Amino acid sequence: MIPDGLHYTKTHEWVRREEGTRATVGIAHHAQAELKDIVFVELPTVGKTLTAGQACAVVESVKAAFDIYAPLSGTVVTVNQALVTTPQLINQDCYGQGWFFVLEASQPAEWEKLLPSSAYAALLATTR
Amino acid sequence: MSYLPHTDSDLAQMLKTIGVERLDDLLEAIPTSLRQAPAQRPAGLSELELTRHLRTLARMNCPASELAVYRGAGLYEHAIPAAVEALASRGEFATAYTPYQPEASQGTLQAIYEFQTMICELTGMEVANASLYDGASGLAEAALMALRVTERRQLVMSQTVHPEYRQVLTTYVSGLSVSQTTLPAPTGVTDVAQARTAVTSDTAALIVQMPNFFGCLEPVHELAHAAHAVGALCIVCIAEPVSLGLLVAPGHYGADIVVGEAQSLGSPMSYGGPSLGFFATRQAWLRKLPGRIAGRTTDQQGRCGYVLTLQAREQHIRREKATSNICTNEGLLALRTTIFLSLLGPQGLQELAALNCQRAHALQEALCRLPCFAPAFPQPFFNEFVLQLTQPSLQPAIEQALAEAGVVGGLPLDVFDASWRGRSLWCVTETKAEEQVDRVVEVVHRVCA
Amino acid sequence: MCALECGSSHRTSDHAQRAGRGEPLMFEQSSPGRRAIRYPKATRGPQPEQVIPSALRRRLPPRLPEVSELDVVRHFTRLSQLNFSVDTHMYPLGSCTMKYNPKVNDALAALEGFAQLHPYQPVEQCQGILRLLKQLEALLCEICGMAAFSLQPAAGAQGELVGLAMVRAYHTAHGAPRRFVLIPDSAHGTNPASAALCGYTVQTISSGADGLIDLAQLRQALSGEVAALMLTNPNTLGLFERQILDVTRLVHEAGALVYLDGANLNALLGLVQPGAMGVDVLHLNLHKTFSTPHGGGGPGAGPVGVTRALEPYLPVPRLVEQQGTLQWSTASPHAIGRVRSFYGNVGILIRAYAYLLAYGTAGLADISRGAILTANYLAARLAAQYDLPYGRRCMHEFIISAKRQQASGGSALDIAKRLLDYGCYAPTIYFPLIVEEALMIEPTETESLQTLEQFAEAMLAIAAEVEHEPARLKHAPTSTPVTRLDEVTAARQPDVRYQPPQDPVTQDATYAMRHV
Repeated sequence: MIPDGLHYTKTHEWVRREEGTRATVGIAHHAQAELKDIVFVELPTVGKTLTAGQACAVVESVKAAFDIYAPLSGTVVTVNQALVTTPQLINQDCYGQGWFFVLEASQPAEWEKLLPSSAYAALLATTR
Repeated sequence: MSYLPHTDSDLAQMLKTIGVERLDDLLEAIPTSLRQAPAQRPAGLSELELTRHLRTLARMNCPASELAVYRGAGLYEHAIPAAVEALASRGEFATAYTPYQPEASQGTLQAIYEFQTMICELTGMEVANASLYDGASGLAEAALMALRVTERRQLVMSQTVHPEYRQVLTTYVSGLSVSQTTLPAPTGVTDVAQARTAVTSDTAALIVQMPNFFGCLEPVHELAHAAHAVGALCIVCIAEPVSLGLLVAPGHYGADIVVGEAQSLGSPMSYGGPSLGFFATRQAWLRKLPGRIAGRTTDQQGRCGYVLTLQAREQHIRREKATSNICTNEGLLALRTTIFLSLLGPQGLQELAALNCQRAHALQEALCRLPCFAPAFPQPFFNEFVLQLTQPSLQPAIEQALAEAGVVGGLPLDVFDASWRGRSLWCVTETKAEEQVDRVVEVVHRVCA
Repeated sequence: MCALECGSSHRTSDHAQRAGRGEPLMFEQSSPGRRAIRYPKATRGPQPEQVIPSALRRRLPPRLPEVSELDVVRHFTRLSQLNFSVDTHMYPLGSCTMKYNPKVNDALAALEGFAQLHPYQPVEQCQGILRLLKQLEALLCEICGMAAFSLQPAAGAQGELVGLAMVRAYHTAHGAPRRFVLIPDSAHGTNPASAALCGYTVQTISSGADGLIDLAQLRQALSGEVAALMLTNPNTLGLFERQILDVTRLVHEAGALVYLDGANLNALLGLVQPGAMGVDVLHLNLHKTFSTPHGGGGPGAGPVGVTRALEPYLPVPRLVEQQGTLQWSTASPHAIGRVRSFYGNVGILIRAYAYLLAYGTAGLADISRGAILTANYLAARLAAQYDLPYGRRCMHEFIISAKRQQASGGSALDIAKRLLDYGCYAPTIYFPLIVEEALMIEPTETESLQTLEQFAEAMLAIAAEVEHEPARLKHAPTSTPVTRLDEVTAARQPDVRYQPPQDPVTQDATYAMRHV
């Protein structure tokens, strides 16, 4: 469950390059599977400035809460409001309807630091 | 006296199963240098001796059951119906654990759900938690929540918030870079004009106590408005929730968070503790609430049941990012309040509040007709009021006369602030019969005349 | 196995299952106009409308239930019967010390001379309670080997806050507050939460393979920026930190302080004094070690003890003796302030005091020895079927890992739920976080051999069930008033209060007028 065409982080976020400097961010299959039933997501506010590697959102299950880390620096332009009422979209379709937010990336060089799907798959294989 | 059930034969059997000769063999992990020598004295007391000793200590006190105590100031003497004691002292409630395993704790959880509902009804707010330690730390938690929600750094309140509550708040925020502005209150209530000037775009909350520490009713509508005008929260703090039987519910005048002390709803004074903090707020901030919350859900058979919910906010999951560090709270006292409010119902609470209000006004009016006393503040009040002693030289004589009559009169306020010398805070609840109130007036009259 | 299960199944399951439904809410049993407690009308004094301005008066009464006293008594009695409690069941909950709560302590705390005392009465009228509190402070100092105590904190977590605030004050007075607090990865969640509340950044130190603090890691983590190490001893794995004297020495050499979370004191009473271990500040949980009842979630009490060096920072007010009279003093210029109103959870403090006198200093070691004995006994009984990641020797509690059972389809959660069907509350599960499928078991010293055996037999029976029919566990418990509850929906769509129906009777103006 690691689609090609997406970039990944060591902390299990995925990133999809969009038009211009935009990027959509979500969490990968491994993360949502570990959390099991997601009950709530605390999304960043639109307009907020994010720094790569810093916590920017929180995902909660009944018994656990995890920080989501910004894969890139930039400004949040939209958030997925559907997750407020239906957080289970993350479990059901983490790469599609379960997207978290879109940001306007400010540091092009940071894309280099993200993992292509093959590298991410290798990382998962070693941690298992 | 000990509660250890093991006989020598039990001991032998257990040691054998474990596979050691003596119990001391199990202590080898403890460095010998740390091992204490077994103490020989003092020995334990039997239940008989223990009871005798504690009764002796209890008799050295002069409780409100023997004297007529006219003091409130954050803790209130109210008659507790016998049914509250009988039900809350049941071992199934008193010795139950925190309801983390809901299948084994439906009694506790349902009672919490009922408590949360009742607190919402009393305060006119949308959601409430399962209790905090006391009103003072509850206020501190409310302030911390306001700081989190607004991301601002300043708190504003007046001197009419209980001095001990203000001190606790200061302690809780001292590790953070937060500023507190405390407005003077010479008229006995928060000055609205001053409050309007004091709140800024960096104010997280304006804090109001209602009725306030002096017993006075605050201009709450205007103060809530002043807070909202700058985008600050209005935190209303209630030390005497019996007043909610008569006074407008804070939710109806725009309170954002309502906190307070629920001891007066069914728990004894017990020299100040344990007591019971309550906390209520808007639905939108449900996930920002500190403390435990019980929720309703269904089981695998579709039956209705209750669980602790939204635990991801709490210390055992979020650890350093928790909304609060609270774990054990005041569950059994919350149960007492739930039973108390069930026994009173809306009419009983109204009758209780009316009786408190009338008794207090009767005493205040009678004492203020005497030459030595005058009202300290020209403000409406509920069951507490401040008197100014117009002839300070009479203070020792009045105190002595009251003491001889078995009365503990109003609390002298100069212990809190030297500039409040000559002022005393009196509280009258339904526990005082009309004849007792008459007696107080008579005793003071003889000294004043 | 069946006989054991049926014989000890929860008795309330009969009530609940016969009824077919749970106990309705008190609100749902309401009938407009029904009354229980009434109050007399005053014959004197103004009407409330005359003295309370109309803008401040309540328009509509709160929608509380309208029921009779019998309704209330039946409702809450039935609710109580839905609970497990120490009075009815064994609670082998690690880290909670669910020992017997002596009834005499409840009776003594309820004496009018204590219960009916207002905290602001003149001190001359309160010398009995003040004497009790002073003696309790002294007893705790002696037991813990500390110089002074504050009885103010309302619970362990509040005690931690006080302790860390004092650490901060101490360091600030000595130059700078410092930035970090070191906490082992096995610590209770309140530890990092409290540290964060005091403005410290938490640095986690991993436990060694033996479950104990790794001295090398500790050395590396210590610096001039570390304010304190927070630890629990015995730790949450039930193991005594053998190298505790080295640990505390290293911390002190770095100029930092040692904070002891006293939750596990039940293993040390009369055997080891925390002060002797090098502890600078600690809190106690009276509702654990000192037998005060859990109350379904409080009240508790979390007194804080300190060395002489930290005494100036204790919260105010402090109890002092002046010319033979005990009184409260706020004359403490370096105090961290006040953490709760009045003086502390006095009703709980009285119970703990009575408990200590019942055993006497001479009897305290019997408590810890009994606790250590019962825990080791159970470890030995369960060793054949369950993994003991840290061996069979423990202090007052021990950890088993259910990873063997998990592989066959029975997780720690399933085992915990199935135990309820065997008439026993579950151990603590999934804590500490460093053990996979953890179950932490603490029987306490007040459980008899028979009860311990019943628990052991239940655990062994469940282990056998996991082997042969793991499906039985997945739906457990089945004999409790409710089965597993949907906690996911409860968190997604929280329903945290009852909404009385829009009752036209209570909402109309005439109702409001009739009741004002």
